[in-house]
Amino acid sequence: MPEVLLKTIGLAKTYQMGEVQVQALRCVDLEVRSGEFIAIMGASGSGKTTLMNLLGCLDHSSTGEYILDGIPVHKMNDNELTAIRNQKIGYVFQSFYLLPRTTALENVELPLLYCHKCRLRERHEKATKALEIVGIQDRAHHHPNQLSGGQQQRVAIARAIVNDPVFILADEPTGNLDTRTSIEVMNVFQQLHAQGKTVVLVTHEMDIAMYAQRHLTFRDGRLISDKINPNPKSAKADLLKLPKADAEETT
Amino acid sequence: MSILGILRIALKSLARNKTRTFLTMLGIIIGVAAVIAMLAIGQGAKKIVEDQVNSMGTNVIQVFSNFSQSTVRAGAGGGNLLNMGDMEAIRDQVNGVLYVSPIYNTFGQLKYEGKNWRTGVMGVDADFFLIRDMKIAKGESFHSSDVDNGAKVCVIGKTVADNLFGDIDPVDKIIRIRNIPFTVKGVLEAKGQSVMGGDQDDTVIAPYSTVYTRLLGHRWRMMTIIVSAVSREQIHLVQQDILELLQVRHRGTTSEEFMVRSQTDLAESANEVSNTMTILLASIAGISLLVGGIGIMNIMLVSVTERIKEIGIRRAVGAGKQDVLLQFIIEAVSISIMGGILGIFLGTGAAKVVSNAMKWNVAVTAWSVILSVGFSMAIGIFFGWYPAKKAANLNLIDALRYE
Ligand SMILES: Nc1ncnc2c1ncn2[C@@H]1O[C@H](COP(=O)(O)OP(=O)(O)O)[C@@H](O)[C@H]1O
Ligand SMILES: [Mg+2]
Repeated sequence: MPEVLLKTIGLAKTYQMGEVQVQALRCVDLEVRSGEFIAIMGASGSGKTTLMNLLGCLDHSSTGEYILDGIPVHKMNDNELTAIRNQKIGYVFQSFYLLPRTTALENVELPLLYCHKCRLRERHEKATKALEIVGIQDRAHHHPNQLSGGQQQRVAIARAIVNDPVFILADEPTGNLDTRTSIEVMNVFQQLHAQGKTVVLVTHEMDIAMYAQRHLTFRDGRLISDKINPNPKSAKADLLKLPKADAEETT
Repeated sequence: MSILGILRIALKSLARNKTRTFLTMLGIIIGVAAVIAMLAIGQGAKKIVEDQVNSMGTNVIQVFSNFSQSTVRAGAGGGNLLNMGDMEAIRDQVNGVLYVSPIYNTFGQLKYEGKNWRTGVMGVDADFFLIRDMKIAKGESFHSSDVDNGAKVCVIGKTVADNLFGDIDPVDKIIRIRNIPFTVKGVLEAKGQSVMGGDQDDTVIAPYSTVYTRLLGHRWRMMTIIVSAVSREQIHLVQQDILELLQVRHRGTTSEEFMVRSQTDLAESANEVSNTMTILLASIAGISLLVGGIGIMNIMLVSVTERIKEIGIRRAVGAGKQDVLLQFIIEAVSISIMGGILGIFLGTGAAKVVSNAMKWNVAVTAWSVILSVGFSMAIGIFFGWYPAKKAANLNLIDALRYE
């Protein structure tokens, strides 16, 4: 069995909305091992994003423990969380969140800018490499508004992997994409997974979840099912079956 | 993140909104320009005043009747008009007096071989040249014997020499002052303009005895006395003694009826003028820097709101609060320093214009440049702090979700 990469014990998050308390996440116990490819599913409002934000160290939990790579994250302060985000986590958002008027290459370099050890030359090399991995190196000097949705999401994935994180989190990465582009993006995740990356992604489409190895389902902030996907699909194979799309997206 | 990297980001985002950035800078530009001009002009004015005061001679004291008082009292027969007796008394009775000379001022039409020039004529004692440190460029000055004899001799300033003689050497030539022939004994060294803008070289100096009898014609005998004290320290005492002496000699007058002014008094009043100007410029500078600073704060707040999402993204990929804080402060400081540098150019330009117009030697010093840059930097930090702090303290999740 590979080592446990992250572990949560009784993780919970309560939002205060004026008078009302919203229990977005209730008592989640979860273990993710190194090299897993997990899909998180659930209806809208079931707490998926909340969990991802906690796992991604973007937010503090209300109660419970979260141990990442041996580090008790729930005890860390803001500055320490910032460093963990920078060094250990690659986060992919549904709506890409690329900086506008900034080239793809510079967007990918962004995490490295805030990593104090990283020299300029090394930054360019790493960012170029990451763009190659997601297959979009020829668009390195394009701005986000010159890229299609699928291309933007690839740039975002490149940004997520540029720091060689211990795992990749993706919150509905295909939510804004059409079917073919979605499969292309899933292909990228599967390739990263094949290279040994741990991937946790959120989706509410079963089709997308089928590319993952393990399915977690949430309802009302609770983890209600945790199943192994006996035969995950191959995005690469599916792409070949699909009719050729317009030239731009196949690059 | 390195300061250089943050600086690049800041400049890029400022370049994106060039017009806005420039308008934001305007307050700082005007403020710093005012500071630069103020320091340059102030310095220039101070130097001019000093030179002028020094060119008046050494340890000079001037004694006048207070004109408005004297007219009031003229009807009462006594009066505070100064006379030769006063001058002799000052020379003989006041301790610490080195030289004394009367001054009679009048005007006259000068003529030399068909050329005409109208100017002021001063009647003085031979010691006057020593009191006022006046040097002779050509020829010589007149002597006490000339004064005793009422000799029709004179010394002329350079402007007079130029206008009456052109290229001819004026020494020993005879000019006519109000048709009375005077022999030119010498030409004064040029002194240039005075603080008040008058031409100090447009003058004729003659023995007071001659001026008194030949030119004043017993009608207008207003006289002033010029004194030099033996040392700088004595000036004040000598002033007091002269005032007391005059009150004793002119029975029934008050101290207000005489003015005993020293060189330092003049310097002070001249400095007062330049200080007033400095204060005026300083308040323009101060207000404009304050308004400029508030402008920066305002634009930075707008900029933070516009870029909430960007802040969220940067924070999400590993920018610390410190990084965000620094980014916005550096942006504010970039605006203020650029404004400062443009202000230095503008201020230097203004100082140049003033120095050309007033013929002053107005100099922008390195010190004032450093002061302005430092000051604009401080303004950037001070007014950039609040917006930057606001940016840094944004809730990360809220920032990412912001639309
Ligand atoms: N910042 C927030 N403030 C208040 N309530 C929130 C916030 N974020 C999420 N919630 C609430 O928490 C619950 C779970 O939300 P979320 O984790 O976004 O669900 P999902 O991603 O599964 O759609 C929802 O009821 C949502 O309204
Ligand atoms: Mg969600």
